[in-house]
Amino acid sequence: MTTEALTAAVGVPLDRIEGREKVTGQARYAYEHSPDNVAYAEPVQASIAHGEIRSIDAAETLAQPGTIAVISHANAPKLEQVADGELALFQSNRVSYRGQLVAAVVADSPEAAREGQRLLRIEYAPEPHDVELRADHPELYTPEKVNPAFPAESAQGDVEGALAAAEVTVDAVYSTPAFHNNPMEPHATVAVWEQGDLTLYESTQGAPNARDTVAKVFGLPPERVRVISPHVGGGFGSKGTPRPQIILAAMAAQHVGRPVKVAVTRQQMFATVGYRTPTIQRLRLGADAGGSLSAISHEVVEQTSKVREFGEQTAVVTRTMYAAPNRRTGHRLVRLDVPTPSWMRAPGECPGMYALESAMDELAVACGVDPVELRIRNEPDVEPESGKRFSSRNLVGCLREGAERFGWEDRDPTPAIRREGRWLVGSGVASSTYPARRQPSQARARAEADGGFTVTIGAADIGTGARTVLTQIAADALETSPQHVRMEIGDSAFPKAFLAGGSMGTASWGTAVVRACEALRVKLAEADAALPVEAEADTAEEIKADEDLARHGFGAQFAEARVDADSGEVRVTRMLGVFAVGRVINPKTARSQFIGGMTMGIGMALHEESVMDLEFGDYLNRDLAQYHVPACADVREIEAHWLDEDDPHLNPMGSKGIGEIGIVGTAAAVANAVYHATGKRVRELPIRLDRLLA
Amino acid sequence: MRPFEYERPDTPTGAVAALRERGAGAAYLGGGTNLVDLMKLGVETPSTLIDVSHLSPAHVEERADGGLRVGAAVKNSELAAHPAVRERYPVLASALLAGASGQLRNLATVGGNLLQRTRCSYFQDVSKPCNKREPGSGCPAIEGDHRNLAVIGHSPSCVATHPSDMAVAMVALDAVVEIVGTDGPRTIPLGELHRLPGDEPQRDTVLEPGELITAVELPPLALAATSAYRKVRDRASFAFAVISVAAAIEVSDGVVSECRLALGGVAHVPWRASAAEDSLRGRPATEESFGAAADAELAQAKPLRDNAFKVPLARAVIVRTLMELCDRS
Repeated sequence: MTTEALTAAVGVPLDRIEGREKVTGQARYAYEHSPDNVAYAEPVQASIAHGEIRSIDAAETLAQPGTIAVISHANAPKLEQVADGELALFQSNRVSYRGQLVAAVVADSPEAAREGQRLLRIEYAPEPHDVELRADHPELYTPEKVNPAFPAESAQGDVEGALAAAEVTVDAVYSTPAFHNNPMEPHATVAVWEQGDLTLYESTQGAPNARDTVAKVFGLPPERVRVISPHVGGGFGSKGTPRPQIILAAMAAQHVGRPVKVAVTRQQMFATVGYRTPTIQRLRLGADAGGSLSAISHEVVEQTSKVREFGEQTAVVTRTMYAAPNRRTGHRLVRLDVPTPSWMRAPGECPGMYALESAMDELAVACGVDPVELRIRNEPDVEPESGKRFSSRNLVGCLREGAERFGWEDRDPTPAIRREGRWLVGSGVASSTYPARRQPSQARARAEADGGFTVTIGAADIGTGARTVLTQIAADALETSPQHVRMEIGDSAFPKAFLAGGSMGTASWGTAVVRACEALRVKLAEADAALPVEAEADTAEEIKADEDLARHGFGAQFAEARVDADSGEVRVTRMLGVFAVGRVINPKTARSQFIGGMTMGIGMALHEESVMDLEFGDYLNRDLAQYHVPACADVREIEAHWLDEDDPHLNPMGSKGIGEIGIVGTAAAVANAVYHATGKRVRELPIRLDRLLA
Repeated sequence: MRPFEYERPDTPTGAVAALRERGAGAAYLGGGTNLVDLMKLGVETPSTLIDVSHLSPAHVEERADGGLRVGAAVKNSELAAHPAVRERYPVLASALLAGASGQLRNLATVGGNLLQRTRCSYFQDVSKPCNKREPGSGCPAIEGDHRNLAVIGHSPSCVATHPSDMAVAMVALDAVVEIVGTDGPRTIPLGELHRLPGDEPQRDTVLEPGELITAVELPPLALAATSAYRKVRDRASFAFAVISVAAAIEVSDGVVSECRLALGGVAHVPWRASAAEDSLRGRPATEESFGAAADAELAQAKPLRDNAFKVPLARAVIVRTLMELCDRS
């Protein structure tokens, strides 16, 4: 056995281990688990935006054959309070937003449950509602912190003075609509109680996290709850925290004394599983004639709900990006009668960088400096607001490499002068960034009697390729090949691990897997170890000892946009991203993450928009025919590349998270390309044709 | 969901009889691509589905005069691929391919396409008022979200649009609809099938209860060989028209001798632009005439608060489409 031949697992484009299972339909997702005697619960949603339930008439529902029960605040068990008020299911007759779950019908079949839902009569006492985010809303306030625990405000130097003295300034307001995550697999749970123990087959980004929260809600010790989640059809953040349907499934199963299935419909997802808050962002930049920044101010207005405070950290990214002695960032929220916003792919960085990178493009135009060069001129030596050293920062390398690959050199900055047939053609660039963090996790590695290895960790593969990547990491750590490693994930009974969120999965789980494998090898090296031999690791101490550095991935995205001169229709004909993200563990799954993120970013730039109905107080376009995500025809040439980046300050793999950075700069790159094509600066997403025709 | 009966009669007249027997709760089922969605949403609650998706003629028939007779059960994808349609009526092939997705076109029938319902968000949401769904309950779209709703021919009770692309091309082609009803067969011009909402928006068409579309006749039309369908939409595929233009033109010695023009995404019906056609005939085939023709048609437009952009958009696209057709011919 030669080490050289075997250290190759990391860096190889290994196919997904469960790929065959998935494409042949063998992989079982949450809803596909069917315990004997299972019943079906259908949620009932509030049809007012604010007020209270006066009465519930279930007579017709219960008279229907197959109906077992109706559950509502009138008969629901009392739950323990947890931080997320959205989980206080049926705990009062108050309605906090339209679409909130107010009751459920449990029946022998999903058809009967759905019909029972239709027949349920709920009388409400509505009160006036307020669902409109406005920059001048009188109830805007500054929260104590924004997601997850950043100060809401920061200030350095004298921004107003620097802006007044600047040779060139940009002062612009950018707005983004509400966006809904829309993973392919809707949220679903199957709940089974046995002798007071609760088992949940769940679609989640973190089984251990879901287990802990559900246990708290039902007042159970965590060991009496088990969450099983072997396969997950996407989440984009919306499955990062437990959603009301998991509480509903458990409550309904307890109520009827049978296992219960709940699947959230696509339409129901638009009120019940989180979304990205709309934002209104004012960017002010001050610079000298050469584009060197003297001041940056980024002020954000967002919405939250009356159920729970969630403040997206939209301006926090501005604390990291560019050098400038005078700086300010701030967030203000208003509590509206709306569902609570939550995590959606790159919360904070994604909308924040759309605004900052659009403003940088406006500054480049105002100064007459090439937008790539402008960014390079404002490259900081240390993280601007914290003063911390970067563990590595290769934004400039990404910009240069991207410019070369894209053919940026010959670009004439003059807008609206390139026409091919009826199309106006333009190109744009934007920077990307995403933090490279990791969180404590535990893992177990076992050398089996047959010579193979089993590695076990409560990680989640939400379609990212995590199972495959962890197998590669384990194989290298064990100095074996991937086919000898059996990776077990997706179960809260496994060693406790952080969730698939914040692009921290691979870094967090990979560290624990490496340490467990190292511990196993030490045990195996001891004489006479009789197989099986097992070792565990917990990375809490290791991570606590990490040096205090600024750790971020960086990237640069380039887009070519074509705009129909008559209709204003926009097509992104080329998208190219170059990323510096430490070591890439699996080029195949990494590429999917990058192009998936960029595709989602194209949707953000051009298509996605949740439309709030002011009269009724809900998001109107609640299916994929009305809520537009990019179709295949919207994504033409799309390329992802990465630099070799050796960063020893990250984790044993030397990797940075890649699940989110792909979306971050995309919308700004597209918006900047649309400006270059047309000379029109649309500062409101999505860049719809009517906004270009206006 | 509500339980429903399913019947599969052998002939169109058998279907008409079955529907009459079952009464008001019965509905014809073609490809089901719209009806089944509406049943899931609770918008449609039929007690019986009478399956007509297999009824003959389920093919495209060549007629002696050079026209085509298209069976109502022909799938959208089959019609789009038919060599005679591609050659003689390119506007129709192109309109069909601009609609829906490959999977949907493989199921959707010609008859069902004509009879699909509006995609207005309020119509599709049973928790909200809608005069089309529940007459007299109100139209929240007038003050609410109507960016993609009607600019012509709407009424205070309804501002919905007809969603079909195919119908826009067929209306421009002077298609005729064959219908079987309890009183036997009849034909009407397709341009008279759909109706403006007026104060009865619940009625999309002039069909009497129980009437079944059995075929669409496409008369011979030489200028249709130089025809085009241009659809403007919010994404490159799988989106309903923001506006669309079906156009055919014949130019002799620089003068428009004949033309056909219809608009989609602007009205409760596939909108035949007769005023524009009248304005164009005998005029020089120039950008100026095309603009004047578009203006003649769009003078009737009464846009709502948030969809006024459709009027200049329709004008620009009418002009461009006619210019491109002239360049080709």
